Amino acid sequence: MSLNEILDQVRDLPPPRILSNKPRFSDRIFRGIVTLGGFTSLLILGLISLFLLYRGFSALRTEGFGFITKYEWVSSINSDGTEGEAASTYGVGAMLVGTIITAIIALLIGAPVAILAAIYLAFYAPIRTRKFLVSVVDLMAAFPSILFGLWGLNVLMDQGIYVAELLNKYLGWIPIFQVPVPVFLRSPFIAGLVLAIMIIPIVTAVSREIFAQTPLDRIQAAYALGATKWAMIKTVAIPYGYSGVVGGAMLGLGRAMGETVAVFTVLNIVYRANFDILLGAGGNLASHIILKFGEASSEEIKALMAAGFVLFLLTLAVNLLADFIVARTGKRGK
Amino acid sequence: MIDKSVREERPVMSEPQKIQPSSLADVAASKFEKQDNVSAAYGSGLDARNIYAWFGKYLAVSDMSIYFAAGTVTALIGPSGCGKSTFIRTLNRMHEFIPGAAMSGEVFLHGKDIYTSGIDVTKIRLKIGMVFQKPNPFPSMSIGENVLAGIKLAQLKVPNKNELMQDCLERAGLWSEVKDRLNQPGGSLSGGQQQRLCIARSLAVNPDVLLMDEPCSALDPGSTLKIEETIGELAKTMAVIIVTHNMQQAARVSDYTAFLLSEGGPGKLIEFAPTREIFGRPKDIRTENYVTGRFG
Ligand SMILES: Nc1ncnc2c1ncn2[C@@H]1O[C@H](COP(=O)(O)OP(=O)(O)OP(=O)(O)O)[C@@H](O)[C@H]1O
Ligand SMILES: [Mg+2]
Repeated sequence: MSLNEILDQVRDLPPPRILSNKPRFSDRIFRGIVTLGGFTSLLILGLISLFLLYRGFSALRTEGFGFITKYEWVSSINSDGTEGEAASTYGVGAMLVGTIITAIIALLIGAPVAILAAIYLAFYAPIRTRKFLVSVVDLMAAFPSILFGLWGLNVLMDQGIYVAELLNKYLGWIPIFQVPVPVFLRSPFIAGLVLAIMIIPIVTAVSREIFAQTPLDRIQAAYALGATKWAMIKTVAIPYGYSGVVGGAMLGLGRAMGETVAVFTVLNIVYRANFDILLGAGGNLASHIILKFGEASSEEIKALMAAGFVLFLLTLAVNLLADFIVARTGKRGK
Repeated sequence: MIDKSVREERPVMSEPQKIQPSSLADVAASKFEKQDNVSAAYGSGLDARNIYAWFGKYLAVSDMSIYFAAGTVTALIGPSGCGKSTFIRTLNRMHEFIPGAAMSGEVFLHGKDIYTSGIDVTKIRLKIGMVFQKPNPFPSMSIGENVLAGIKLAQLKVPNKNELMQDCLERAGLWSEVKDRLNQPGGSLSGGQQQRLCIARSLAVNPDVLLMDEPCSALDPGSTLKIEETIGELAKTMAVIIVTHNMQQAARVSDYTAFLLSEGGPGKLIEFAPTREIFGRPKDIRTENYVTGRFG
């Protein structure tokens, strides 16, 4: 115990006063309203996940851990809509594989394009070009996904198939580029391409925002040391923006994982775990849910709810991962 | 009674703040005497001729010509907004980073105009280093890496990086304080140390000219003194140009002083002379008013 502490005990110190403040009535009302607003998203998210868990719980309980590892989704229904004699079995493994594969393809293709675009917009584009392109990017972010899907199906498909054939021809020795039969139409690769285009706006917007905030004094310091523009970007802007860009990419990944309509339109939805990304078959969780939902028996609906819950957990995990990466690397450039 | 005492106190209180021309002249003169035996024959310095600088349509600097000899320290003084920063930034082509900025005139380094078309600006900035008002080390780099940042940025080859690092830190007067913590981030230093780190950083690329825009204005007196010592050392091998609002500092560190004034219009060079003359017997009444604190 230090001398000061002993002295403090001897001295009869007064107890700390309780500091209070009675805000005005109107202030309290406003406070209540914004607090409500602040917690709304949390509340809604909580309610949705609880709902999914509640409705899908029986399916999860029956299938156990197999629900996410099994590559089988069999629902036997009698003509009257009741459960069939042959036992149904539900496992979303194959669609989980599809979700992750298409999202990763999207990220691998989309993120580099988006980051280059962000660097161009933040450091190279003349002011007018920048303003114009930024609003184009924003518009693209708000574009309905069905339109991306239709465009992907009708326009991008041909080019996509061409690229897929080339990949298969020259890089076919890599397992993921092999195909058992040469069906390149509507493959996870092409779905991934469409998803890549869909996530480019969000990743571009977030990255550009971050790059544009690069402190001017650091930029000037680099230039004053004889840096070229690219050298400045490498040593100043990228270390500064790194964590934000990773965060943006993760947002994109999350979006690609949850995408329903575009994948549903482009991909040849077949319930199988397709690791041959150039082969025209596969699906993801969201498209699977929408495909089955219309004609599902009550039992299958429960399983679909559970699948939704799994999707929820997956996106949650991606976002937590993003937070983790951002937090770990955030200090580097700051 | 009370009234009177207050009235009497006021002039007494304001007296020490007033800058005494004679004392500044003494400082400048003593600096000159110390310098006397140092020869100033290094390289060819920097020669700015008829510099005009615009921000869009606004003319900020008008017709400034100054020759900065190698081996000397030149102080740029003048009231706020008179174009000191603008002028100094035309000397290493940093002015053109501001959108809409334009300039006219010539800046000769080793007999060659740095604004000649087709010149590689990055090479110019290697020869004409700059230290900013606010210390700005790269936070993603360690102390050591910061010193060598220019080498990396300009992809220069040096025989011995560690030797260079130590040399630069020693010249910037920082080596003894950081030699055991070279791997710590640059941001972990105090403000004054960070500024000396920035000086070390600009020394690493071996410039012929060093521009300093109010390098001490964010620093405590102790750090300021250290940096002034450093400037004295640096001037042995290069031309140093320092913008300062601190008359004492100008008198202490500089061999020449340029007084700038804008008088409502663009900033102009009013007087350029050896520092002891600027503070001792300025030719222009406006200079005298400024250095004696009667103005600005
Ligand atoms: N980026 C800019 N855009 C437009 N005008 C500018 C810009 N920077 C400076 N100016 C103007 O140019 C003039 C000179 O400014 P400058 O920064 O060179 O002054 P200064 O002498 O360095 O002042 P201080 O001592 O306050 O740093 C001022 O009138 C200022 O308003
Ligand atoms: Mg200034």
